[in-house]
Formats: sequence, C-alpha cells, structure tokens
Amino acid sequence: MNQPNKQLRHPLDDLLRTDRIPHIWCPGCGIGTAFSACLTAMKKSGIDLEKTVMISGIGCSGRGAGYVNLDSYHTTHGRAIPFATGMKLANPELNVVVFSGDGDLFAIGGNHFIHAARRNVDLTVVCVNNFNYGMTGGQVAATTPLMARTTTTPMGNPDAPFNLPLLAYASGASYIARWTILHARDLMESIQEAILNRGFSFVEVLSPCPVNYGRRNKEKAMDSMRIYQERTLIRNDARPWELDIDFDKGVILGKFIETERPTCTDRYDTVCRPKELLEEMKGSKP
Amino acid sequence: MRPAVLTGEYFMTGDVACAEGALAAGCRFFGGYPITPATEIAEHISGRLPEVGGTFIQMEDEIAAIASVIGASCAGVKSMTATSGPGFSLMMENLGLAICTETPCVLVNVQRAGPSTGLPTQGAQGDMMQARWGSHGHYELIALAPSSPQEIFYQTIDAFNLSETYRVPVLIMTDEMIGHLSERVVIPDAKTIQTVSRPSPKGRKDRFNPYEAGPNGVAPMAAAGEGYHIHVTGLTHDQRGYPVMTVEAQEWMMNQLVGKIRRNLDDIIRTEAYRLEDADIVIVSYGVSARTSLAAVDEARDQGIRAGLLRLITVWPFPESQIRELAKRVKGFLTVELNLGQMHLEVERCAAGRAPAFLVGHPGGTIIPPDDVIQALKEHF
Repeated sequence: MNQPNKQLRHPLDDLLRTDRIPHIWCPGCGIGTAFSACLTAMKKSGIDLEKTVMISGIGCSGRGAGYVNLDSYHTTHGRAIPFATGMKLANPELNVVVFSGDGDLFAIGGNHFIHAARRNVDLTVVCVNNFNYGMTGGQVAATTPLMARTTTTPMGNPDAPFNLPLLAYASGASYIARWTILHARDLMESIQEAILNRGFSFVEVLSPCPVNYGRRNKEKAMDSMRIYQERTLIRNDARPWELDIDFDKGVILGKFIETERPTCTDRYDTVCRPKELLEEMKGSKP
Repeated sequence: MRPAVLTGEYFMTGDVACAEGALAAGCRFFGGYPITPATEIAEHISGRLPEVGGTFIQMEDEIAAIASVIGASCAGVKSMTATSGPGFSLMMENLGLAICTETPCVLVNVQRAGPSTGLPTQGAQGDMMQARWGSHGHYELIALAPSSPQEIFYQTIDAFNLSETYRVPVLIMTDEMIGHLSERVVIPDAKTIQTVSRPSPKGRKDRFNPYEAGPNGVAPMAAAGEGYHIHVTGLTHDQRGYPVMTVEAQEWMMNQLVGKIRRNLDDIIRTEAYRLEDADIVIVSYGVSARTSLAAVDEARDQGIRAGLLRLITVWPFPESQIRELAKRVKGFLTVELNLGQMHLEVERCAAGRAPAFLVGHPGGTIIPPDDVIQALKEHF
C-alpha cells in the first residue's frame, strides 16, 4: 500500500491503524464522522491514551475498535458493555470507551446497557444510531422509526422505537447527550465531557445509513443532513420523556443529564472491602 | 482480613473448595450469575475476593458473566465464572470468543440433570459433549473432572495454570454431587502451591504481534493498558490480531488454536489408574461416577473379575492413545457415567473395534450404584 505523504497526514492518524484503511463504511455513512468525533474527544480530553481502551460489539459501528490505534477489543454481538464492565472493574485505572451501534447496544445488548447504567460503571458509551441493522443489509431495529421500511418490515415498521436517552435516564446513567453527525463539534464536545465524567456516560449519535435505511425510505445522504438541520432543535434542558424520535414533530438534541454519583467501583470499595485493605490499596497508587 | 490461601484442614463442600482453590491459584475476578447447584461458589467467593484485592460482580445473566470474565482477563487479571446447565448453554458463544482470542479463563460447570430446566437440584454428567462441542466452529479446549472436594481444590489451581499456560479457557466439569458433597479438604501452605501466569511480551512495544506464538505454540499476552496497542477480535485474524477474511488466514489461525493443544497433549492429559496393571476389563469413568467405579472395581476383584479403573482427570482432550493402547490387550471397556452415553462414544471410537466398549449410563438425578456396574461386568464379560 502507498504510504501517505508525511505532510498530508490527517491529525488523527496517530490514533488510527492507518494500515487498516480503507475502512468498510459505505459512502454517505455517518459512522466515520462519529468515530472521528470520538477520537478527537479522546485526544482533547487529556486522558492517558496508553491507559485508554476502545471496545466494540458487532455491526458496522462495531468495526470502530478495529481502526483505533489503542488497545482495542472487538467482542461478540451485544456484549461490548459486559466485556467493558469486567475490564473496568478488573483495572479501574483504564479509561474504557464503548463504541458500537444501536442494534448491538439496544436490541441484543439492551439488558447489559440498563444494568451497567444502573450500577454506574465508569464507562463512556457512544452509540451510533442509524435506525437499522446496516451490516446485515438493513433490517428493522429497536430504533427504527414507526412505519419506516426495512428489509424485514417491507410494509412499514409497526413497532415504536426506543427513546434511548429516556432508557439511559431511567436506568441511572450519569451523563446523557444526543447529537447528529451534522452537529460534529457539539458531538465531539459531548463525548469529551462524557469521557471526563466519572460514571456511566451515554452519547447517542444519529447517523445516516443511505445504502440500507435511506434507500428504502426515500432519504439520500444529503436528505438526512437536511433533516438533521431542519427538523432538530437543541434543548439542553429537555426532559428525557420528551425525546422520542419523530422527525415529523422535530427531534430534540442536546446534553440532557450531567450528574455525579458514586461509581460501581467506588461503592464496591467502600461497601465490600475491609478498610485496612482499602488504605493499603490507596497507598500503593501514585 | 484472611489471606488468599487459607492453610488448614476443613470440612468443606466441593463448591466452597472450588472457590478457595481459585483464590489460591491467583483468581482475582469472578463474574457470576446464580444457578443451582453452582451458586455456592459465587456466594463464597463474593465474600472472599474483596478482602484479597479482587473483585466479584453478579452480572445480569450468564452471557454477561462470561463476557465480563473475558474482559477482566484481557485486563491482565486471572478470572473465572461458575454455572450449571442452562447457564452453560448461555455461555457457549462467548466461550468461543475466549477460544478465538486466546484469552485465559476458568469456567466451572456444576452439572445438573437436563435437558432444559431438568432437575435443578440433582446431579448428572450430561454436558460432557457440550463441553467439547457446544460453541460453534471447530476448536480445542481443556476440560477437567474432579471426583472429590479435595480434588476440586487442586484441580481449580491446575485449571488456572493450564489456562494461563496455553491461553485457552479451561472448563471444570464437576457435578452436583461433588459440588454439594462435604468432605475433608486440606489446604496446604501457600509456599507449596505453584501458580502459573500467562507468558508476557518482551521486546519493543511497537513491534509486538499479539498472536505470534512462542516455541510451545502459545503467544505472549499483553494486557490492556500496558502500551502495546493490541487489537483483539473474534473475527479470523492474523499474527497482528487484524481481521483477515481469507482461507489462508483461517487455516493459519485454526492451526494455532488447535495446534497449541494437540502438540502438548503429554503435558495436558491427566488420568489415574487403579488396579489397571493386570486388569482385563477397563472401567472408564470420571467425576462422581468414578467413585462408584472405584467401589465396583474392588467388589469385582473380590468376585474374581479382573477389573481396573481408568479415571479421567482431563476429559478433554480425551486420552485417545491410552485407550488405543489398552484396547490392544484388554477384553473390553465399560464406561460409567451419568448420561446415556457421551464419553462412552469416545471410548468406543478409540477402541476402534479392537475391544468391545459397553456403557453403564443413567440420565441423572441420582448416582449410579456399584451394583449396576458389577451386574454390567457380569452381563458383558
């Protein structure tokens, strides 16, 4: 493969496995923008990148872990969060970022999401929500809007989609935000805050899938961008139950929740460990 | 604060001895989910891990339990879980992830009678083939079968050592009878317990290939946060750990996964012979059924039947060559197990018609009485 000219290197190249590029994402797909926002946020947050791990599940967004030049784990479908939970609890010094898709995190993996949020495991979960299962060719997801057409809802989706920020809120997440890939800077800043927030932090990213979702719903890549611009409103004070995704009514974006409460590890240490051991453990840390 | 190794003599159940063996082996993470008859392992270790600097978490299901165990192991911490039939079924997919990513971990299955919910409080040995083939694709792993609380203590240490040596999940295929049996357990001085940790990488961090095997076929393993920037995936991958979707990559990877076990069978396989030297009938058994068989051998000898016992300590990989050798000189085999013929099929396969193989099986819920074995010996030989 031709090595890119040194002065033409992308500012994020040091965080990328450039020998794995080109990536698998389709033209018009939004995952690259979400991924780029995530890498920029990791870099800008000032966290020790040598102690930072990216964990993904399965799917198009699940390929994120494969492109980041950090310790990175591409796990099984739906299981990125429990894998990340084990890793974080085993070594609380690691910064653990889960980067995965809506099908992975909220259908097959939904149970793990609510429990990790309940326990306030100190993870950052970035969910690229493209409203369908992209990798398998565009099937209905737990996030597909009502009446949208997919390969497994050819007459239109009869089921209501999840309101993900509400789910995160009800489960106990300590940071919750939603952006689209059009709002790249807000998105990056939110992921940065999510990384720095102690506790379970969740950022939903609305993202186009022109090849599979858009094609069946008369929505080209640029149409999605226009929708993200014209039919969204930013309301940081919105209440989680107002955050249903219905582009006809308008979709609310913003940072909805930012709180701090003891993390899973904090509570385990204070409740379960003998005090003398806790002092010993604290003493051994720099 | 009690130490990790509780040196002393105890009256202890198999489940508790398993938990204590894990701590003695250096296990510092347990991700679990309650299920009869394995729950006591989680209960006991949940009180013990926090005082030795480890972490216990009860996850939301068995899928999460094993996923957390693999994640913790990738962070460099010796990790385990324990379950029974239905939970074992739920763990199968991620067992494959541990195999494919070569992540050491220990999985205990305190077997109960199945299929489905079966007899939750009553033991069986019905998951032996599931242990071998339950996850999809072809692979090799290691499975042990203890016959007493004392043995489960040592076998749990052995399980961790094998798992760390070969970077492979090790299953402890015990059963409800052994798990709930209280017997004398001696925990030795900590200094006498040998523990093994996974080979760690040496050399330049930027040139490290996470799946470049050493001389015994096993690659050194870097933990998350050590600065090696490794990529780990359940996709078919090359030495760098990168996904490669080719036939060549599949052949290379499978050769590594399977080869590291098949080339080290002499180091891995453990069996125990009882009155086998002059035996012309070989009883093959393991776990609780080996205790039945032991009594049956003595009774048979008293009645003039020259029976001996080959007790399987590792059930997988199966001691093929031992059965082949025995088949050349004995009248036949009798496998005693709490299922309707699983390891029996292996014995029959390896005997390959040189000697007949028979089964004393039972669908589970109770132990097999020695009399059934004696009767079968008389009937078949």
